[in-house]
Amino acid sequence: MTPARTFPARRDGVRLLVVDPQAAALRSTHMADLPALLAPGDLLVVNDAATLPASLQGRDEDGHAVEARLLAHVADNRFRAVLLGAGDWRQRTEDRPPPPAIAPGQMLHFCGLSARVAARSQLSARMVDLEFDVCGAALWAALYREARPVQYSYVADALPLWAVQTVYAARPWAFEMPSAGRPLSWEILLAMRRRGVGWAAVTHAAGLSAVGDAEIDAALPLAERFEIPPATVDAVAATRRGGGRVIAVGTTVVRALEGAFECWGALRASAGETALRLGPGYRRRVVDGLLTGVHEPGESHFALLGAFAPPLLLAAAATQASREGYRTHEFGDAMLVVPGALGGLRAASPGTAGDWPAAREGTALHTVQFAQHRFAEPGQRAGRPRSQGTLRA
Amino acid sequence: MTMHGTAALITGGSFGLGRALGAALAARGARVVLVARHAPGLDEAVRAIRRRGGEAHAIVADVADKDATYAIAGQAAALVGPLDILINNASTLGPVPLRLLLDTDCEDVEQVLAVNVVGPFRLSKAIVGSMLLRGHGVIVNVTSDAATEPYERWGAYGASKAALEQLGRIWAAELEGTGVRLFTVDPGEMNTRMHADAIPDADPATLADPAYVAERIVDLIGDARSAPNGARVAVRGRPEVAA
Repeated sequence: MTPARTFPARRDGVRLLVVDPQAAALRSTHMADLPALLAPGDLLVVNDAATLPASLQGRDEDGHAVEARLLAHVADNRFRAVLLGAGDWRQRTEDRPPPPAIAPGQMLHFCGLSARVAARSQLSARMVDLEFDVCGAALWAALYREARPVQYSYVADALPLWAVQTVYAARPWAFEMPSAGRPLSWEILLAMRRRGVGWAAVTHAAGLSAVGDAEIDAALPLAERFEIPPATVDAVAATRRGGGRVIAVGTTVVRALEGAFECWGALRASAGETALRLGPGYRRRVVDGLLTGVHEPGESHFALLGAFAPPLLLAAAATQASREGYRTHEFGDAMLVVPGALGGLRAASPGTAGDWPAAREGTALHTVQFAQHRFAEPGQRAGRPRSQGTLRA
Repeated sequence: MTMHGTAALITGGSFGLGRALGAALAARGARVVLVARHAPGLDEAVRAIRRRGGEAHAIVADVADKDATYAIAGQAAALVGPLDILINNASTLGPVPLRLLLDTDCEDVEQVLAVNVVGPFRLSKAIVGSMLLRGHGVIVNVTSDAATEPYERWGAYGASKAALEQLGRIWAAELEGTGVRLFTVDPGEMNTRMHADAIPDADPATLADPAYVAERIVDLIGDARSAPNGARVAVRGRPEVAA
């Protein structure tokens, strides 16, 4: 499949591949049909994080070019970042030269902003904590003035900040656009509401999707912070009571909702950080379905679809998407994985979608597997807490 | 009425009505972000609010600049959280003294429309979606009687405010039933720098105090019944001398 090289003229002007794991069926349609594919009583949960410009071009103390891509806000003026060598988004990240050797304590200078390398990650010497020389309003102003949106080489042109926002973006927590929600227009959202489909939000600090460093890329997504407001907890509970489906817009929403459930043993209004990783066999406790982009077999995003549908159905979906010229990545087409979306057996018996009923009951039957999926990481024993985030000064 | 913890963004926050609105909202406990093009006046407005114990932040930006739209929205939400109140107050007369339409440069009309109509449209577009998602929020567009009366020499400004009012009516129609409301307020003639630019020989004693007008507007923001969605509200303040 080919990536979409730019944003569509109309936000919602993309195709939609519907995957129904209950009916074991696929249908190719259009994003405008989304409201009709959902039922009254369903709930769409979006990530309302706005996208921060998170790529800073600068130099180290010796004048070597370096790009910092921010990936997490640690505290006040401290951000976690990945450093890349000379060049910019026009090169593939894996083709970029490594950054100059930068020791903790050294300064990086970005046009009108400087930062001290406060710590370096054990995961990779390229992942550092940066302490900027200003804080508060002055830091936000400097970031919005000096930084550009993170983007990748398959996109044709430099992206303006407005091209990487959803229509409901609020606080700038995301370092890359929560792109599953990008095709949602208010035309579609209001049509859903008229149909009796509710909406709710979480805020999830979506990090980087790839950095071109094998160690870091294998560990993505890193722990990301989230916030779940009381209204969303209430909306999910009401949806459960009414027999509706909870549909996450993007994997960040799945991570926030399931991560919060994991923390508290129930969905609670909360703020936290989750290192949850999704994949085949993962037992969902909160989320029933997913609106996401189009992913190819082999991608990490494709693997996590395995938490929503059996592998054969997903393989058939990928084949159909490829045959019909679906486009991938953040400006591409979309995929909806919802049990019962194509009619049929919405309230029917277990069986068609494998682990489906256990996920809906919200019981603690699969605690062991659940923990393994949270912590499993290359080079680590399953079940042990990840060491990600441990930084040494 | 308290507005404790609500997040408010006010454009044109350095002087006049915008500055007074910032002070009035902060005095009732709102977390206020002021936007203006130039730092000195803006910083002074922010300091004045903080001296009285209020919370205020400054964003230096030009609402006529498309690229500033999401920078304003993002910075504001980073500083005070998702916005509950948006006041599109910034506006320009164009070059003064005001001139007849036949003597007005095309570029000046475009600039007036960019600041007074397109700017509020863009900022609303960037901010109102998050209000809609949360099911509450208030947008206030500041207009003028020049929107409805054909005052000679007020062509660019008057046309821009008429457009802003109609835009507001359509916003309101589209937002009906969502919990987000928009109203347009005509603050009348106030003792502000803008008024002095337009009508230098006006007697200040006949002009309203922007602080008084701002209090009345904040009352309207707090009470959905007094300024229902889509309403055009004329606020007439007491003259300065009586304040």
